[in-house]
Amino acid sequence: MYPFRYERARTIEDALQSVTAQPLTIAGQSRAVFLAGGTNQLDFMKENVHRPDILVDITRLPLNAITAMPDGGLRLGAGSKNSAVAYHPDVQKNYVILAEAILAGASPQIRNMASTGGNLLQRTRCPYFRDTAMACNKREPGTGCSALTGINRVHAIFGASPQCIATNPSDMCVALSALDAVVRVRGPKGDRSIPFSEFHRLPGNRPERDTVLEPDELILSVDLPPFQGTSHYLKVRERASYAYALVSVGAALEMDGQNIRRARISMGSVAHKPWRAAEAEQLLAGKAPSAELFRQAATAVFAGAKPLEYNAYKVRMGTNTLTRCLMEVSGLMPLQGKAGTAFASSAGSVAGELPGGAV
Amino acid sequence: MNEKHEKQSMNSIGQPVDRQDGRLKVTGGARYSAEFSLPHMAYGVPVQSTIAKGKILAFDLDAAHKAAGVLTILTFQNRPALVPPDKSSRGPGENQLPLAGDAIYYNGQNIALVVAETYEQARHAANLVQVQYAAEKPVLDMEAQRETAERPGKGSGRDDMQSMRGMPDTAYSDAAKKVEAKYETPYEHHHPIEPHATVAVWDGDKLTAYDATQGVDTPQRVLASAFGIPVENVRIVCHFTGGGFGSKGSVWSHTILAAMAAREVKRPVKLAMMRQQMASATGHRGATSQILQLGTDTGGHLSALRHDTLTDNNELNEFFEHAGGTSQILYQTPNFEMVHSVAKVNISTPIYMRAPGEAPGNFALESAMDEMANAVNMDPIAFRLLNYAEANPQSGKPWSSKNLKECYARGMKMIGWENRKMEPRSAQSGRYYIGYGMATATYPAHRSASGARVRLFADGRAIGSAAGNDIGTGAYTIFRQVTADTLGYPLERVLFELGDTTFPQAPVAGGSQLTASVAPAAMEAAEMALRAVAELAIADPKSPLSGRHIDEIAFANGRVFLRGEPSRGEALEAVVKRTGKPFIEVCCRAETMNTARDSQGLKQSQRPPCLPVAPKSEEDSDMDKYSFHSFGAQFCRLRVDEELGVVRLLNWAAVMDVGKILNPKTARNQIMGGIGFGIGMALSEETPYDPNTGRPVARNLADYHIASNADVPDIQVEFLDIPDPHINRLGVRGIGEIGITGVPAAIANGIFNATGKRYRDLPIAPDKMV
Repeated sequence: MYPFRYERARTIEDALQSVTAQPLTIAGQSRAVFLAGGTNQLDFMKENVHRPDILVDITRLPLNAITAMPDGGLRLGAGSKNSAVAYHPDVQKNYVILAEAILAGASPQIRNMASTGGNLLQRTRCPYFRDTAMACNKREPGTGCSALTGINRVHAIFGASPQCIATNPSDMCVALSALDAVVRVRGPKGDRSIPFSEFHRLPGNRPERDTVLEPDELILSVDLPPFQGTSHYLKVRERASYAYALVSVGAALEMDGQNIRRARISMGSVAHKPWRAAEAEQLLAGKAPSAELFRQAATAVFAGAKPLEYNAYKVRMGTNTLTRCLMEVSGLMPLQGKAGTAFASSAGSVAGELPGGAV
Repeated sequence: MNEKHEKQSMNSIGQPVDRQDGRLKVTGGARYSAEFSLPHMAYGVPVQSTIAKGKILAFDLDAAHKAAGVLTILTFQNRPALVPPDKSSRGPGENQLPLAGDAIYYNGQNIALVVAETYEQARHAANLVQVQYAAEKPVLDMEAQRETAERPGKGSGRDDMQSMRGMPDTAYSDAAKKVEAKYETPYEHHHPIEPHATVAVWDGDKLTAYDATQGVDTPQRVLASAFGIPVENVRIVCHFTGGGFGSKGSVWSHTILAAMAAREVKRPVKLAMMRQQMASATGHRGATSQILQLGTDTGGHLSALRHDTLTDNNELNEFFEHAGGTSQILYQTPNFEMVHSVAKVNISTPIYMRAPGEAPGNFALESAMDEMANAVNMDPIAFRLLNYAEANPQSGKPWSSKNLKECYARGMKMIGWENRKMEPRSAQSGRYYIGYGMATATYPAHRSASGARVRLFADGRAIGSAAGNDIGTGAYTIFRQVTADTLGYPLERVLFELGDTTFPQAPVAGGSQLTASVAPAAMEAAEMALRAVAELAIADPKSPLSGRHIDEIAFANGRVFLRGEPSRGEALEAVVKRTGKPFIEVCCRAETMNTARDSQGLKQSQRPPCLPVAPKSEEDSDMDKYSFHSFGAQFCRLRVDEELGVVRLLNWAAVMDVGKILNPKTARNQIMGGIGFGIGMALSEETPYDPNTGRPVARNLADYHIASNADVPDIQVEFLDIPDPHINRLGVRGIGEIGITGVPAAIANGIFNATGKRYRDLPIAPDKMV
């Protein structure tokens, strides 16, 4: 693999300094990159997709804490592990969608390594992006998009561009999107807070840029605003575990008596970023939950989808998954497993009989 | 000798004995091929083509040569001359040597090898190699060649790939009920957890290779041939193989490249394939598109069966998926035809993959049988029983042993078949439709010539050995059991060794033949060892058996004694001890044994000669009289979430008629593994190829979806445990492949029962279901 230097940052300032000192590549990427859990970065280095000169290890920085905030929210340090977040009592209690999303992804070993900040920077699973023999505008700007006329089964149906039809693969980010999390970052110009909906980009003409994070900025934390409602994540994938979503939906509902006061719905694996289902959110506000309403809302969302040769199934699957997620989060249909676990968030749950003797 | 001596106590055979190598494996003590490191070793990394068809115009190697640590870069322009393989020879995965020329046959072809001081340096330099091509438009569409594709007569060692009995066309057109449907299976990859790897080291013109293989004899033969050296100059070592599934049954280019590089740089060379490279350079299962026509009379008897398979391969291999074979023998029908058409495509080289031919063919046949049962409104099992083949319908030969009816009967009970609704789509539970599916499993029972050696040590231990490989199956364990029981030793005193060409020749662990071949050889060798001890004792004045006749001698519990007078005798090791040597040994060998072999570290003069065994023993002659097949029944219960396109298995029951079971624990493990493999084949496994470039699009284990634990339900496996009286003295067959057969069809049939929808195109993944 590409030769690189390894540094271990002792302070946040050290880490930033190491990166700022390096010139950018022509693609606007830094020659020096941060290394947290390494579950994504190292894969890409092994596949020769990422070729950084310097790896700045930030795992020893004091960014691992998960802290309750005075306003009732929760601060997830950028270095906190995915597993620590998923099983944190406050997450299990108040942010079920987040626990369900994290636990529906990867494997226990990977979740034990992967960090909150790293998850935000997880790159696409587009197979063409990973194969340096194939043209890819995201990997090598200007070379073209192999997926456009290739096997585009897992690709975007919303917000794509002629340059790039890749999707964001993260489960966790779908939950953070629905929760309107805030990303706190630090760079040479100081700290700033980025609303989650603005953190990830659409590909447009710059598909090489997944996020608005500058190369010399470091994620400090992801802050969850207080949330008192019910929430749920539902993921459809090609096998019961250890697969990226074909389609996933996260929903956070806040009720006002019998009616929905506010619904926030986000979808995974349908766009270059977690895709908020704005049409559905508007339709649901102020109305009482019902199967018809949910179906109508889901249909409205997917009316705007633009499927490709191999991914038209996502329209039907997405409509059904969004409807189902709303049915389950509102209690009109039971969860398939205990809330806050992968048994609840994996469509079809796992092989074998379901708990309680149900099939 | 059996008749002359008291029957040996057989204590461990049939018992669920723990694996001999289990502790080594779970503690990391088992050393796999890539884990062998030698002093002064260099590392090789292949460079693969990025076009599927055309020619290499030029390499630009400047940057790579300048990179740190690079020792050499081999391409077709500078690679040393080797002896090309004979096109008919079995063993090489491809019929040309690596780096044979400028021609590109598929995307991901190994076209250069970078050798460097470290693995990381080699990988980096490999990334710096630039290649200029004259690219041509690759041929990637198999289906377009249905009418024009070649129809070979020979395939997979058989010569009846186009065959007919009766008048299938007339019978089909006259049939009272007809089913015609097309079934498709995709490209699939073996993806064993252990990547392919070779460590090669030369000593003069002698080569040793630590090679991840399913049979050490194959690379020995292929490497000797390629380098033009005697077979005995090549030693292959492979004690542990982390799965093969057919992909390690042949020798791929990386093994030859490693040996080539080691000779060029005059150092040991390690070459471990990357997972991504395995997607194109170590074989896969070819795609199939099968058209089945079934016709019955008014009573549901099959009057016609046609199985027309279109599959593919490339210019570098003759192998193809012989999917029609199961249809030829599984059901009684007077009118049958099978056709195999093989399209040539610019896709990497296909090879055997767990139940090659049978697994995809069974999916088509057993789905079609379910469709026909539904068409004639019969229970699928009743329909199969009505068309049960009491003898091989093609050859007319009796089965060596077939008890399939009992498999059906037991499986029905295990799964609760009586709860199945005949009417599809009539069982619902909440969001799920519930279905029951079944299919017949079958795979041919093969046996090949094999040798084995037994050493009896003066300290009371014994070691058996054969060149065959344990690819995770339990081979070590069962051969140890056979050896121990035959000697009358407790297991603790016996070890069995495999995976070294210095051991007597044995067949490849493929085609479900290893157990049927090596177990009788191990038994034979142990019996010969007993006889050798008896002869030593008789000739030894210090033995209580001195001067007795061999016919008077008996053995039990590790002792040799006078028949009818057990106290007059001694322990086997006492006889060995008085020879003054640490051990005595005997080898049994079959006709095809390589006579030049010698055992490691033991001079010829010190060894008792290996005793040849009659190449055609009595049971071998049965091979012509009977038809040898294993059978079984696969049953599943599943739930379908139709809106989300998700299928989950609730439970599984398999009943197997596979001869005598030597070890129910390892046997169950084999069948469970096959079922897990089949679940992946049914629901999630597929390697798509890019329609423009012919490059595999799933190149890692995140994108290639083998079944995870969460996809596999509780699996109940039962064995009839009825010995096959004709295959060998033990009545045992190999069982590596039958477990996958029937699984995809049972699932597709279960989905039909649940939803009323028929899925004929694997995998039945959510995108298709929804």
